[in-house]
Amino acid sequence: MSLLLEIGNGALAVTAVLTGILLVVAATVIAKLISPKSYSVKKSETFECGIPTRGQSMIQFKSGYYIFAILFLIFDVETVFLYPWAVVARSLGATSLLCIGIFMVILVLGLAYAWKKGVLRWQ
Amino acid sequence: MFDFGKWTTAFNDFLLGLMPEWGALLIECVLIAVAVLGAYTVLALFYIIYERKLCAWFQCRLGPMRVGKWGLLQVFADMFKILVKEIISIKGTDKFLFRLAPFIVITSSVVMLACLPWGNGLQIINFNIGIFFMLAVSSVGVLGILLAGWSSNNKYTLIGAMRSGAQMVSYEISLGLALMTIVVFSGTMNISELVWGQESAWFIFQGHIPAIIAFLIYIVAATAETNRGPFDLPEAEHELVAGYHTEYSGITFGFYYLAEYLNLFIVSGIATLMFLGGWMPLHVPGWDAFNNVMDYIPSVVWFLGKSFFISFVIIWFKWTFPRVRIDQLLAFEWKYLMPLALANLVLMAVFVAFGWHF
Repeated sequence: MSLLLEIGNGALAVTAVLTGILLVVAATVIAKLISPKSYSVKKSETFECGIPTRGQSMIQFKSGYYIFAILFLIFDVETVFLYPWAVVARSLGATSLLCIGIFMVILVLGLAYAWKKGVLRWQ
Repeated sequence: MFDFGKWTTAFNDFLLGLMPEWGALLIECVLIAVAVLGAYTVLALFYIIYERKLCAWFQCRLGPMRVGKWGLLQVFADMFKILVKEIISIKGTDKFLFRLAPFIVITSSVVMLACLPWGNGLQIINFNIGIFFMLAVSSVGVLGILLAGWSSNNKYTLIGAMRSGAQMVSYEISLGLALMTIVVFSGTMNISELVWGQESAWFIFQGHIPAIIAFLIYIVAATAETNRGPFDLPEAEHELVAGYHTEYSGITFGFYYLAEYLNLFIVSGIATLMFLGGWMPLHVPGWDAFNNVMDYIPSVVWFLGKSFFISFVIIWFKWTFPRVRIDQLLAFEWKYLMPLALANLVLMAVFVAFGWHF
């Protein structure tokens, strides 16, 4: 695939993204064409418990989840840092082990701190 | 082993003889899009019947039997039924985000499907950062779920989406670390190079102890990542109606359904690719006759067979373990699985540095 190799995988990735969009658009259009349409007030109600919904649901939501999101951010960025190391780990040998060991110790200390502070406990 | 690359190269040369380069490129891209769409649909149909039949057999039932021989045509009937269902517009939703969410979920799974190596030379996207790219794309899918839950204006969908978000981002770390263990071992992120690196033996055998631990971590994390098995909290029926996609109807619900099954195939495909040799046949170093016999089985059969087996194991989990609570789920990830994955990564680095692998 001469030209495809030159332009490279970027073009193919864009093709795949467009394919996904096309799939959703095409299926929705087909469904819109062949499915029945009707309207009633009751039908467009939010499905909750059978009784009418009260108020807005897009509210400020009290959650214990945000702390996990922050921890995720730390460890995800760490993953980004570790992947380049992972590729060259074999060629660098024992030196790479020492370098990444220091990085890892700092990281684990952070996790241990979070653990001790009790943020990993569900409230 | 038969190389499908020969066919594609010959076809490319044939097209280049007929028309200028941009025309050939356009036709190839269209053909690739058609192939991906076809694979996506066929796999989704296969997985629906696969899971329904397996669920039934695990519970000593027969499963769908009426439509077609052994109920094999049931999926087509279901597919048609879901197309003719009305798409209900709900009062009070955020229209734009509500319509946008399925695009994100479907597109991320289509792009990941295009990255998988199906056979020798049968791979579409082949970045040099292949496996990292797949991880990046898979984390985009969470956005679609969060948007779906938020924009529906329903308390249950909101809770379901928040649970799903917390679960998927948490387990993504273990997933990434387990895959990184194999990247440390192989020294490459390119998907085709990963497969060729397993020519003598699969990585799970080459890397023995740390690779097996990484494989187990990966399977657990992948089950959670696809919202399945004992980790199906986002759609716990008795608590949250149907989780984040409660308000979706007709084909818009079908998109989530499709993406869920495709994600099951994709995580199985990644497990196959990283641990079980991708499309590479089972090779034992030194057994030349055995290796030659194994090479006669086509590479596509190897890849699909291994992937379907991993999917079988993940479906099996669902009917073996009871559903966990959300606090148990997050505690399991952050207190056990993730530290274990980090320790395993260091163990693998030590093994590689001192050459204690095969």
